[in-house]
Amino acid sequence: MSTPAYPHDWFARIPAQAADDLPVLPPESYWQGVWRRLRSNRRALVAGCFLLLVLLFTVFGSVLWPVDPAKQDPGILSRSYVASRTLPVAFPDAWQVPMVEMGEPVAASELLAPQGLQVVSATTDAVRLVWQPVAGATNYRIYRMEGRGKGYGIPLAVVPAQYTGYQDRLDVHAQPYRYTVVADDGVDESAQVASLSVTPTAVISLLDAQLQGLVPEDAVSTDREWVVDLPSHPLGTDSLGRDMLARLIAGGQTSFFIGFGAPLIYIFIGCLYGAFSAYVGGRVDEWMMRFADFVIALPFLLFMILLRVAFGIGAGESGVAALIVAMVLLGWPMAARLVRGQVLQLREQPFVSAAKLMGAPSYYLVWRHMIPNVMGVVIVSLTFAIPGAIFTEAFLSFIGMGVVPPVPSWGSLCNDGIQSMLVHPHELLYPAALISATVLAFNVLGDGLRDALDINLEARS
Amino acid sequence: MGIIPAHMTRLSNIFCLVFALLLPVGALAQGVDAASKTITLGFSSEPPTLNSMESTDQVSSMILAHVKEGLLRYDQHGELAPGVAMRWEVTETSARFWLRRNARWSDGKPVTAHDFVFAWRNALLPATASQYAFILYPIKNAEAINRGELPATALGVTAVGDYELRVELERPCPYFASLTAFMTYYPVREDFFRSRGERYAADAKDMISNGPFMLDKWVHGAALSMAKNPYYWDAQDVKLNRIDIPHMTSDPQAMFNLYRNNSIAMTGLTRELLGKAVELGYPIRSFETGAVYFIEINFRPERATSNLKLRKALQAMIDSTVLVNRIIAIPGMHPTDTLFPRWLKGVEKPFLEEYPPPVIDHSLKRARELMREYLDETGQETPPPLVLLTGENPLAVQQAQYIQYLLREGLGIEVKIDRQIFKQILEKMRAGDFDLVTAGWGPDYNDAMTFADLFTSWNENNRGRYQSEEYDRLVRVAQGTNDQKVRMEAIAAIQQLIADDVVILPSYENSGVYVQDPRLKGVVRSIFGGDPNFRHAWIDDSHPAAAAGATTP
Amino acid sequence: MMRFIAGRVLYGVFTLWFLATATFFAMHAVPGDPLASEKAVSPEIRRNLEARYGLDKPLLTQYGIFIGNMLQGDFGISFTQKNRSVNDIIREHFPISAQLGVLALLWATFGGVVFGAVTAYYRNRWPDYVSVVAVIICISVPGFVFAALAQLAIIGLNEAVGKDVLPVAGWEAGSFRHMLVPSLVLGLGTLAYLTRLMRSSMLEIMDADFVRTAKAKGLATTRIFWQHQLRNAILPVVTVLGPAIAGITTGGFVVEQVFAIPGLGRYFVQAVQQLDYTVIMGTTVFYGAFLIFLVMLVDILYGLIDPRIRLAPEKLRQKGGPV
Repeated sequence: MSTPAYPHDWFARIPAQAADDLPVLPPESYWQGVWRRLRSNRRALVAGCFLLLVLLFTVFGSVLWPVDPAKQDPGILSRSYVASRTLPVAFPDAWQVPMVEMGEPVAASELLAPQGLQVVSATTDAVRLVWQPVAGATNYRIYRMEGRGKGYGIPLAVVPAQYTGYQDRLDVHAQPYRYTVVADDGVDESAQVASLSVTPTAVISLLDAQLQGLVPEDAVSTDREWVVDLPSHPLGTDSLGRDMLARLIAGGQTSFFIGFGAPLIYIFIGCLYGAFSAYVGGRVDEWMMRFADFVIALPFLLFMILLRVAFGIGAGESGVAALIVAMVLLGWPMAARLVRGQVLQLREQPFVSAAKLMGAPSYYLVWRHMIPNVMGVVIVSLTFAIPGAIFTEAFLSFIGMGVVPPVPSWGSLCNDGIQSMLVHPHELLYPAALISATVLAFNVLGDGLRDALDINLEARS
Repeated sequence: MGIIPAHMTRLSNIFCLVFALLLPVGALAQGVDAASKTITLGFSSEPPTLNSMESTDQVSSMILAHVKEGLLRYDQHGELAPGVAMRWEVTETSARFWLRRNARWSDGKPVTAHDFVFAWRNALLPATASQYAFILYPIKNAEAINRGELPATALGVTAVGDYELRVELERPCPYFASLTAFMTYYPVREDFFRSRGERYAADAKDMISNGPFMLDKWVHGAALSMAKNPYYWDAQDVKLNRIDIPHMTSDPQAMFNLYRNNSIAMTGLTRELLGKAVELGYPIRSFETGAVYFIEINFRPERATSNLKLRKALQAMIDSTVLVNRIIAIPGMHPTDTLFPRWLKGVEKPFLEEYPPPVIDHSLKRARELMREYLDETGQETPPPLVLLTGENPLAVQQAQYIQYLLREGLGIEVKIDRQIFKQILEKMRAGDFDLVTAGWGPDYNDAMTFADLFTSWNENNRGRYQSEEYDRLVRVAQGTNDQKVRMEAIAAIQQLIADDVVILPSYENSGVYVQDPRLKGVVRSIFGGDPNFRHAWIDDSHPAAAAGATTP
Repeated sequence: MMRFIAGRVLYGVFTLWFLATATFFAMHAVPGDPLASEKAVSPEIRRNLEARYGLDKPLLTQYGIFIGNMLQGDFGISFTQKNRSVNDIIREHFPISAQLGVLALLWATFGGVVFGAVTAYYRNRWPDYVSVVAVIICISVPGFVFAALAQLAIIGLNEAVGKDVLPVAGWEAGSFRHMLVPSLVLGLGTLAYLTRLMRSSMLEIMDADFVRTAKAKGLATTRIFWQHQLRNAILPVVTVLGPAIAGITTGGFVVEQVFAIPGLGRYFVQAVQQLDYTVIMGTTVFYGAFLIFLVMLVDILYGLIDPRIRLAPEKLRQKGGPV
């Protein structure tokens, strides 16, 4: 194909003003038509806008909500909402639990209730209890119930009877508790119990305040009263006291990175492979497609797991790269098949033959006919591949083969959340809702795009 | 059934099918069934093998503790009690056991001293490749046999007649009697073993029992069932007729849901499920697993952690009290600063009461001082990054993330978390590809030595390669005598050495919380001898209120 | 025709070989030591273990042995379940996954066809919207969330009724009650996919010439619906059933885990976590072979039905998308 055998202006664009004179619809390029059809599809439009919002949320969220998603606060674990607050700093102080001589042990049925159960001090750092010794006790068992629930609640400790006091530091919240102390004979416990209700005052421990940089490392409690201001957490915290909103933003970045990254790469590779295969044709095409079929035949999830493990994830790595590589290795043949089929089909289309007959150069054929027509299919498959990739990541993270902590992704947030689903539903609810809504939006947009790209659909209706 | 008109056949068949599917509604097994003296349980996994000579894991150990019995066993108070042996004596050089004549296998044949000789020799054969072979090493020539240097017949154990067993010891082993309660020491009958070949213990019919129960059903991955063994010598003391295990899942939430539905008699709780269980008003119980968790340190010279100052800084920074109370937040978990747990026996009283652990000053100020000293000493500007190897277990991951945060904010150390599956952790530990690793150690027998010899230079499990002549010497002292006072002095010196050299960063003594059907009594939760144990369990049906408490929240 | 079938079978065999090879080398690229255990063992014992599993031989020899044994249908002995062969494990656990899968597929196909037809028929009216919303939820909520919610729903139901209407988890051979909810949860995703497929295929058919002709002939609407539209619209659904079965049977990990069902999927995940070489390879090859077999079967059946396929087999698989 050396010199064109036709005048160049045959394939030049018709000037716009000339079109006004034509007795037909105003000229509209393929993509203009697609855009017009997409705009008229309200559902797809809403989905698109929603996706844009979610994208903005993940990309710029960390600017608007500049909270470190890795910052922990052991004082506020798994809360559904935390308001900003000002707390006094609790300095560690040694507390000597009162001790007595142990008497001759008696059976549980003869043990009385401990007398004089009282609170020495009660803060969220530690609740200190003392009581009078019970004659003949072997141990004391201490229980703690939240609020007004029935029963004794959780068993905090079994302390030998020479101690008549206990310090509770187990995840104490600023909420009402009921402590129960009961003596035992080493096997069974007495039916006589002493109970006491107390609401600890909220404080922050010295170490927590120091780690957050709110109190200098050489602070001394005798200097002055230390009081610190702590920020709010509008969507609550997770099981390590990290801000949920910040984690959702960071998790979205990971999920979208994988969700966009993997499909973009494998669809690109698939396009090249498929187009090349279709272009060359013949034996090469046959063998190339055979190979693609082999890869398609691999059980996807099984191999995803296998590859994810085979790549191994080194220290400090997030695992994102391994996931993307595994997805690319398994994902490309589908796109290759699709593109090859499309190219083969297009080659036989009358308008391509017509252009060829008129002597159009191959770059024109590729640029004007092949790419736009293949593009449509590729974009549609991309909009379905993205939620697929987000889902795969979530599934792998759920079975512990996804990204590595502390890197959050929506999938790993779900996995963390599902463990505490019964007690702290917010930890599951937010990431699950985000995954669901995003996947949904992609599907709706994909449907809309497919309809918009299909000229025949409009012609038919 | 008679003749059915042809055109009806298909339809009626369909109806039959539908009814067959709907019929069993409400006929499900209950967690506790007083009438048939049956309890139903769920397991986290399938037992990998029930061949007592090869078993290593918790689930197998629990089942084996019910279907087999060693020379000794643990009773309901966790104390050693006579098992197949009625009497025993242990000296510095030998041990003797006198077997009861009424101990029988589940086919009625007597349990003899030969069954023990066979099992012990077989477990030591290199071809058996038993991972627990080392637990037999106190017996004379055991280690040489395991290395393939001596034939199995050279083992220092002989059956004197059918009912007496004599053991020669390689070295003094004051705790030898308690070893015989361990599963590797359980008897195996030679003729039965040979008749099954490779299939031995692969299925219920390929097993034979001498314990209080016998395995009568094993559907792999799905269900197990143990029935009371009528030939057991103390059968009248066994109150349950059957233990059914129709559920196997490692999902604790699924297990909890089964308990809520009254389908199983007991289940373990995670921290999250604990909150739900309290909310539902269930009585919560806790038990000690006996294991101690810690952060193991890499001592290979090319690693930053081989520097004592750095280790001291880490030691001052990581306060296990905060870790346990805030991050793990499971009641019963006990923060610790030593390798030795509270339940270990000392000379007279518990070891830690006689020899309290060294007091360590955990404070940010102290940690930063040590860090500055370390940086000055090594001439570095900023601390080196550290690799923290950890497993898939949510608790370990949680802990790793806390340590990462703590060291970053506290000491400016960048901690790289390396989360791996268990086999890869072991491989990386063996290769020395880590600085810190979240690890734990479960005791195999009731003596401080099960912990103390962990960091000797010859122990293959010392994967951080800590090496100290003083440490090795102290262990040899404790191993060389039956004098408990001398031994405990040596163990106390080891305890001090571990703190001074920062061999490990201790985290907590492990324990578990669980809920149990209030009608089920006498279940023994024990550190040794298979947990939980139902040999002494019974169903108390006199408490209808208790029964209701289990079902309705 | 025979030539076509022989070609498909040969092709299947090649695919299987590729699968086995890929699995073998991926497996051996996994870092870690399958024989490692908590208690370190002496070098002698280690050598014995390696010899037992043939790990002492060079990689290519191991590969040769693996392929040779595979041809004889022998996948070796499990590393963790010391006296069970991989064949035993597959034989015992695959039927469970398969039962669950077939039931799930039944729900999915039935539901997919009905919902798809209804949504297309009532296009842009309320039954369409309701179904679309339901389908969308099924597609976009992760399966593990559904499984956990379904379990809570069962507990609620049992507590409300006061007896065990449905088991919360567990498995009993042949018990429909144990299969019901897990299979529903498992089938949801495919149901949603098939609904969409059915809907679009139905919409296409509704505009087809022969439907217009039938309408012009004055046929009853119901008759057109049943005889012309539904019959033809179902075809693409049938095409994807082969891959769908495989997708469902291999996708059951989560459901099997949450509902404590001893299927092969759960075994596979456990095996990966324990680096049980033989079980991983055996299971992957088995599932791969199963999938290949189904695709082959569908190809051949289609070849029998539609002669055009015999000439251009690629066309067929283009229609059936990934599941």
